[in-house]
Amino acid sequence: MTEPETIAALKRRFPDLTVSEFRGQTRVVAPPESIHDVLTELKEHLGFDLLIDVTCVDYLNYRGAKDRFGLVYVLTGTETNRRIIVRTFVNDPEPTVPTAVDLWEGANWLEREVWDLFGIRFAGHPDLRRIVLPEPFAAHPLRKDYPLQGRGERHNFPVITRAES
Amino acid sequence: MAIVELPEGVAITRLDKLVSWCRKNSLWPMPFATACCGIELMATGASRHDIARFGAEVFRFSPRQCDLMIVAGRVAMKMLPVLQRIWQQMHEPKWCISMGACASTGGVFDTYSVVQGIDRFIPVDVYTPGCPPRPEQLIRSILDLQEKIQREGTVAGREFDAPSRQRPKRALQP
Repeated sequence: MTEPETIAALKRRFPDLTVSEFRGQTRVVAPPESIHDVLTELKEHLGFDLLIDVTCVDYLNYRGAKDRFGLVYVLTGTETNRRIIVRTFVNDPEPTVPTAVDLWEGANWLEREVWDLFGIRFAGHPDLRRIVLPEPFAAHPLRKDYPLQGRGERHNFPVITRAES
Repeated sequence: MAIVELPEGVAITRLDKLVSWCRKNSLWPMPFATACCGIELMATGASRHDIARFGAEVFRFSPRQCDLMIVAGRVAMKMLPVLQRIWQQMHEPKWCISMGACASTGGVFDTYSVVQGIDRFIPVDVYTPGCPPRPEQLIRSILDLQEKIQREGTVAGREFDAPSRQRPKRALQP
């Protein structure tokens, strides 16, 4: 199925999607309520059966941004050899998105990473906890309002001198 | 027949020197290789630059069997308690070489998750600059450590009780 056919099929099903294309990369923007249905449609009927990545962008200080967090789902079709990017925008407080784990098992860790670093909850995720940072870490460091050097968590450890070792 | 009067403690200092000589020439490293410096550490242990010829015959991965911990690579804050536990599991006398810029100061990674120098939390004896340090630099640091052991070593490990070794090298700043 070629790209315009995919887009046409999507727009028939979900009339309020925004689609844009730039240099061969197709982007579909869906509202968070229907993101799960869009992903299901893309996976089951339009041949995009491989989830490459789930990531997020924080538009806190971005000129002209309307929403704070932009979630990005990168999908590929293994038989059609096409890529599509699905975006959705969520806001503070309590940014929440339905989980994609029921569609792709690999989304489990990808969504845990987004939760860990950005603080976006995935409703229905079986095991939403931190994956790259230690569990007692109290912030979501890839947000734009978190300083690069951190707030002292990296040096919050006991000192071992020669006397104790 | 002349009787030579030896000053007191000569036997002990001679024994200290002998034991230090033995210890310095059989430093078995515990490779705590977390990142890219680990590759240079492996290269130092390989055949071209061989640290076995300086006595570091085997890289035992058990801390109970080592006396030199070489921290090679950046230490993330998640890894630091592990580093401290390995250090505490090593038997006395033990020394630590901080290899590379990241282990010594955090290197280029001044971020929320990288410890800015392991000497904030572990007593370090020799620092090796470099990113990564060439194997010759690491060998130089091992030789420096050997000189330090020979100069200051005692049988009972009393050099570790010296006041200059008790406080951590840096003030704890975030």
